[in-house]
Amino acid sequence: MSELTPDLVRHLAGLARIDLTNDEVIRFTEQLSVIVDSVAKISNIIEADTPSTSHPIPLTNVFREDVVLPSLTQEQALSGAPDQAQGRFRVSAILDEE
Amino acid sequence: MSELIKKTAAELVDLMAKGEISSVEITQAHIDQINKVGDAVHSFLFTSPESALATAKEVDRRRSAGESLPTLAGIPIAVKDNLTTTDAPTTAGSKILEGWLAPYDATVVTKLRNELMPILGKTNLDEFAMGSSTEFSAYGPSKNPWDLTRIPGGSGGGSSSVVSSFQSPLAIGSDTGGSIRFPGAVTGTVGTKPTYGAVSRYGLIALASSLDQIGPVARNVLDAAYLQDVIAGHDPKDSTSLTQSLGSMVEAAKRGSLKGKKFGLIKQLSGAGFQQGVQNRFAEALKIITDAGAEIVEVDCPSFDYAIDAYYLILPAEASSNLAKFDSVRFGMRVMPEGNPTIEKVMAATREVGFGPEVKRRIILGTYALSAGSFDKFYGAAQKVRTLIQRDFDNAFAKADILISPTAPTTAFKFGEKVADPLAMYLNDIATIPANLAGIPGMSVPIGLADEDNLPVGIQFLAPNFQDAKLYEVGAALEGILEGIWGKRMIDFAPNLEVK
Amino acid sequence: MAKANLMDYEKALELFEVVIGLEVHIELNTKTKMFCGCRNDFGDEPNTNVCPVCIGLPGSLPVVNKKAVESSISIGLALGCKIEANGGFSRKNYFYPDLAKNYQTSQFKDPIAYDGALEVEVPSGNKFTVQIERAHMEEDAGKLTHIGGATGRIQGAEYSLVDYNRAGVPLVEIVTRPIIGAGNEAPELAAAYVRLIREIAKALNVSEARMERGNVRCDANVSLRPKGQEKLGTRTETKNVNSLRSIERAVRYEIQRQAQILADGGSIIQETRHWHEDKGSTSSGRPKSDADDYRYFPEPDLVPVQPSNELIEKLRSELPENPADRRNRLAGEWGFAEMEFRDVVNAGLLDFIEEAVAEGAKPQAARKWYSGEIARIANAEDKDVSEMNITPKQVAELATLVESGKINDRIAREVLSAVLAGEGNPGEIVTSRNLEVVSDDGALIAAIDEALAKQPDVLEKIREGKVQAAGAVIGAVMQAMKGQADAARVRELVLERASRA
Repeated sequence: MSELTPDLVRHLAGLARIDLTNDEVIRFTEQLSVIVDSVAKISNIIEADTPSTSHPIPLTNVFREDVVLPSLTQEQALSGAPDQAQGRFRVSAILDEE
Repeated sequence: MSELIKKTAAELVDLMAKGEISSVEITQAHIDQINKVGDAVHSFLFTSPESALATAKEVDRRRSAGESLPTLAGIPIAVKDNLTTTDAPTTAGSKILEGWLAPYDATVVTKLRNELMPILGKTNLDEFAMGSSTEFSAYGPSKNPWDLTRIPGGSGGGSSSVVSSFQSPLAIGSDTGGSIRFPGAVTGTVGTKPTYGAVSRYGLIALASSLDQIGPVARNVLDAAYLQDVIAGHDPKDSTSLTQSLGSMVEAAKRGSLKGKKFGLIKQLSGAGFQQGVQNRFAEALKIITDAGAEIVEVDCPSFDYAIDAYYLILPAEASSNLAKFDSVRFGMRVMPEGNPTIEKVMAATREVGFGPEVKRRIILGTYALSAGSFDKFYGAAQKVRTLIQRDFDNAFAKADILISPTAPTTAFKFGEKVADPLAMYLNDIATIPANLAGIPGMSVPIGLADEDNLPVGIQFLAPNFQDAKLYEVGAALEGILEGIWGKRMIDFAPNLEVK
Repeated sequence: MAKANLMDYEKALELFEVVIGLEVHIELNTKTKMFCGCRNDFGDEPNTNVCPVCIGLPGSLPVVNKKAVESSISIGLALGCKIEANGGFSRKNYFYPDLAKNYQTSQFKDPIAYDGALEVEVPSGNKFTVQIERAHMEEDAGKLTHIGGATGRIQGAEYSLVDYNRAGVPLVEIVTRPIIGAGNEAPELAAAYVRLIREIAKALNVSEARMERGNVRCDANVSLRPKGQEKLGTRTETKNVNSLRSIERAVRYEIQRQAQILADGGSIIQETRHWHEDKGSTSSGRPKSDADDYRYFPEPDLVPVQPSNELIEKLRSELPENPADRRNRLAGEWGFAEMEFRDVVNAGLLDFIEEAVAEGAKPQAARKWYSGEIARIANAEDKDVSEMNITPKQVAELATLVESGKINDRIAREVLSAVLAGEGNPGEIVTSRNLEVVSDDGALIAAIDEALAKQPDVLEKIREGKVQAAGAVIGAVMQAMKGQADAARVRELVLERASRA
């Protein structure tokens, strides 16, 4: 009944960078299908020209002057880093070895 | 000394001002209580007794030196663990942030420090505030002091249980769909979600940015008022922060009045289908309100039937984006798979291990709601429902000053009862969610115990945007009447905590 | 990597119609970043201009830089755009290590400026109207350094290092509508367009606009369609074009590459390609898989941006003269011939000459140096004039030294080389190398008399009226003076001395 399939869930997990196990894919597909089917009924009460609300309170034009504010020190910035070198965050290779 | 922990914050302020007790004594009394019941209730993820006592000492020193002190100086407080603190880890109830020491304090935390309030520690929550029972905390659930086999509500079950077990007189919570109010209802305490933007979100680990709001957790309305007055205010670091002042909640609470007010009973949230005990207490509360000289009218908010659906599209969507930053690069957990993994594989492995199932589910759902081809049907449509909900509130507030409903459909349920059924769990928030979607303020006030299980029931008050003071005014009045009928506070009905 | 087959350029244009599209990013020169108060600065120690906001720490929130918004509006106005009355920011969601939040705060359906147009002139003198679809605000990502691969490339790297100093720097992205009908001038048009954007950004003073520093970046989209076909062909997007020359070369290359593929019966893969300046070719980047599903939604942490009419009109009134007007003015002031002026513009020398003139050089002298020797050397080194190690101020100094007679042309060229080599300013070099033209007639006369004495036959000839013969003596004297003499003066004195003796 639902459009949510295990393949779609795998694709979404890929987009979200979560390495789900097979069991999770199956289980989530089931659980989320129920939710998706339920929430889909909102299309019943809206119209094409109903405006959207992105912000609950109508504030506008909130800005900051172009004035330098204190930054973190390099040490503070790196304080949570799982891996660092030469004052920078270190990450594994971005591309696979070809 | 154990009597100190039963006092309200306002009473403690008074006693300190009179010189009858010191902040150190107050703080130590609470630390003793933490040592006594802390393990059983599991409210805290991290306690900081030394630094709390240091702050208490400083308060006492200044007081004896005759220096002027902020209003709540010396009153201990606990902080929900999704607010950053530089001297205690901030985990958001997740393994992915285990042990993380933020290099900056949340604005609200800075305000508490400036107020010289001893911070007792960080309280437990459902992971990333996703949940209504704390069963999704990666560090184990908190327990309801009324019955340790039951949930204390969520996501802020740590804050609600810390206050209802007298480990702290006050706590800070956050509310995205009811995470302050629902725990308040099921633990017989008071919790407020202020108007969106009233309290700075800078330093609050974001769940759904357009719904999240920080608020006070206390055992009575006046205490909550004191706390809201301390934490509210414009913050230039938060673009969604209100510039206008909402006035004094304390003054409103002290005014406390029901007479002449018009209350709107929300048809869709009148309690039909809710637990019988909840309905009974609610009906009695309605009678008390009319007896006190107020009027109750029915208001019809048809879009509220779709509030949960819209919420469970908007929240996961925003959360899926907010949680993308947890990727092993700059902070938090890092899981290195075997071989020579690319950074992409490291990210995916880390998030698989670091996030719990509810978080993963909501991220997948949110990714779906935003994805190409699905946006209009899901996230786009939900943002339209939001407009309809705001309109229904506008119409309702044209007819009434305050809206009312039971805070929750049930009393505290047992652990394990709903955890396997996400949709059932989501329904806990059916009455609280509309306020977050519209941004309006809401408060839960205890109104008694359900007959069938002797567990607390709460009434929810809702006010128009910026009129938080109205909540405190009617909340304090109702509470006063009820306490008069009971001859004691709601929390005094709680059974003694049986601990080792 | 197999070398691509390239169709002959002229042939490609016979068979196909070229459509190009250009995306140009301008890095604003605000003091602080787009959404936080960190310093917007070049070259500081890594991760020292960062804060919880720009390194995406949990709990952080953005706040919009007012100056960045104003600069963006100015850019939009200069491009002839309409300004969005009720816009805002959106999140563009994708994962990459240089993206601190794994989403970029950008603009989606409501860019700050839209529907503009620019008239662009190419070297041949032809003018094209380029339609601007939009200009929107966004933030830059951090900087990745790849370690372990060949020459720091991402391919074959063992790991990467991330510096977020640049993360959050304000960018304005300008997107053209498809540009059709440029024909064989498409490459030149692309370069000329970007040059014009740079001029505008500099004139507005919103950016240093230096391509070599990444202040202006260009992605070039190219597609071909058989002549007569209405449907647009599949396009490729080429990145890493870091100079105006590269833009021209890359567009030309893609035309040739795509033409050959299509003529062979193949089809073009829609992809991002990478330009290699050293090889003069493009190579396939990673195919865009999920990158296309950015799951845009309105940024909940930022509220709408609604510029008032007052602000827009104020910024409009502060716009500097547009480039066409500026050129007309300079052409008039400098008095160059039309062809001379156009050559200067086409060669990208307008700004340099203008600055040199501001520093005291005569326009023709500045032109002579830039179009002449400096351009010659740049070409020989396969570089752009902008990459040469000399400033307009130094050029002005050089021209002034020649003008005053302190040095002659030949010496000046020597000095130029020394400046390019990094030896310092022209005046310093003349002094330290003792290159000043000997203006003391006494020393000259001594050298002249000696030379005349050594070449009596020449002396005879001069006396007989054969002044050309003086050349031999002049040469000898110049040699004796190590070139540090004004040849014209030497000649004068030679003739004078010869007639006297």
